[in-house]
Amino acid sequence: MLEARGITVRLGRRAVLCGVDFEALAGHLTAIVGPNGSGKTTLLRALTGDLSHGGRVRLNGQDIADLRPWALAGLRGVLPQATPLAFPFTAAEVVRLGLTGGVEAGAAGLVPQALARVGLAGFEGRYYQELSGGEQQRVQLARVLAQVWEPVAHGAPRWLFLDEPVSSLDIGHQLQVMEIARDFADRGGGVVAVMHDLNLTAMFADRVALISEGRVLGLGLPGAVLRDDLLSAAYRCPIRVNTPPARGTYLLPHAAGRVAAE
Amino acid sequence: MVAISPDSAPTVQGWDRGAQARRVTLLLVVALGGMSVFSLTVGAAGTSPWAVLADMIAGREVSLADRVVLFEIRLPRLVLGALVGAALAVSGAVMQGLFRNPLADPGLVGVSAGAGLGAIAAIVLGGLLPAGLAAALGYYAVPVAAFLGGWAATLVLYGIATRRGRTSVATMLLGGIALGALAGALSGILVYMADDAQLRDLTFWGLGSLAGATWAKLAAAVPLMVLALVAAPMLARGLNGLALGEAAAFHIGIPVQRLKAVAILTVAGATGAAVAVSGGIGFVGIVVPHLLRLATGPDHRYLLVNSALLGAALLILADVISRIVIAPAELPIGIVTAVLGGPFFLWILLRKRGVLDL
Repeated sequence: MLEARGITVRLGRRAVLCGVDFEALAGHLTAIVGPNGSGKTTLLRALTGDLSHGGRVRLNGQDIADLRPWALAGLRGVLPQATPLAFPFTAAEVVRLGLTGGVEAGAAGLVPQALARVGLAGFEGRYYQELSGGEQQRVQLARVLAQVWEPVAHGAPRWLFLDEPVSSLDIGHQLQVMEIARDFADRGGGVVAVMHDLNLTAMFADRVALISEGRVLGLGLPGAVLRDDLLSAAYRCPIRVNTPPARGTYLLPHAAGRVAAE
Repeated sequence: MVAISPDSAPTVQGWDRGAQARRVTLLLVVALGGMSVFSLTVGAAGTSPWAVLADMIAGREVSLADRVVLFEIRLPRLVLGALVGAALAVSGAVMQGLFRNPLADPGLVGVSAGAGLGAIAAIVLGGLLPAGLAAALGYYAVPVAAFLGGWAATLVLYGIATRRGRTSVATMLLGGIALGALAGALSGILVYMADDAQLRDLTFWGLGSLAGATWAKLAAAVPLMVLALVAAPMLARGLNGLALGEAAAFHIGIPVQRLKAVAILTVAGATGAAVAVSGGIGFVGIVVPHLLRLATGPDHRYLLVNSALLGAALLILADVISRIVIAPAELPIGIVTAVLGGPFFLWILLRKRGVLDL
């Protein structure tokens, strides 16, 4: 279980997060949604131990501040929004960087498997810098997957933290990446994902945290959080929630919906 | 920090450049050996190491002149050249990994100038030290001061150029130039203050040559260089991770703050010791790692070891060239490395013109 209490983060004088409580369960995909600048990514960075913050974060019962980087790396993988890469590494070499820490360290056989998992079989020898933005994002996902390949290790769940994992992907690959995250949770791991796409969130998340202006407006089942009133207040625009689409089919809303709402 | 030795590197056929890098390592060992033997045979005196070796094996008397030439002049010079070359190349590779940029080089961004300031300060102001401390430092005063100067310069440079885990190339280069100029100016003030005996020491130090290598001089600088050369391969895994940026490096289990501190100390130790014994020798730190990255990729597990070997071999070669081009006189080795390295550096810049976007 991931449990955060009283998370407060200041950047300069501005309080980006004010005493946020958050929790996520292993076996669940927990989405963090909210408007731009609401503090979603900051919350994720506090949860992964990147940022110094007030409050405590406990992962599987351990305070992450007490864990050494390598121990933390064996427990959770993190996919940032964008990962600039210095030097001309190949895709396979980037994925192998995920194997430097954690339980699977050294298991080189995982590299092709991880690339195949994200639909990049055969990309091993390609230079990372020469890949498209979406392909680079998926190579990074493969690296993170390789790091925490088994969702449960030594009886304890492992965690995937994803910061806008589908932001630079086309619709087909968006679904593929969400399926991978879903599968990781279904096999006993925990997934926490910052999401912009509310439709994908409704389709894939078990629980949703809605954040606005550094505070949690709602944390719970998608049906309880993705409500007209909460979403409209958070995003400051009229939003109407339709019946969620059946899993496996991606429905696009069209402009008429917006007009009807107004 | 656990270093993964090249031997335990995972091998999956097709995309792994490790096997190639290990072949290059072997090749470089052979080249370094060959270069070393060649270097021992070249010199103003007609001493042949083979004849001396044959005499020694046969139990014949070796002339005093031959013994001095071989063991007191050529051999320490060879060892010094190899160590300085290795130290400069490795400090370049580590610095480039730390700054995540192939243009970071101690000579370019003021670290060598900082080390030089330290060395000059030790020569000029050494007399102001308490007698006990000065006696305790002895030969080590100049290398230790150079190390401290290089360390301070690297620390300041990293502070200037890196914000929130991102290094700005423009800030790094411009800040480095400013640091170098400042260190140069302070060095100038110290030289101005120096008395005649100190000026003589400074002149010999500043020649940037491997000439005058003695075992005593070597002994003073070797510990720092060897420490840095031993520490460097242990940074390999961390520097690889750092290529992803500081945040992602932390995510995969790298203790980033400690890595940076050790990397800065390594750069300062290697550069400081090299500058202390040989003055400023340019371009080794930028050319060697770059060549190796082109050949076998940027994996620091191989890059650091191969840089040490290639740097050593190249500097020995440059030293041999400096000795034979205008024999019996000697060209300062810094000129040879600059003539070889300058055009190469320009070529890198031209190739990267679009990418660097200064």
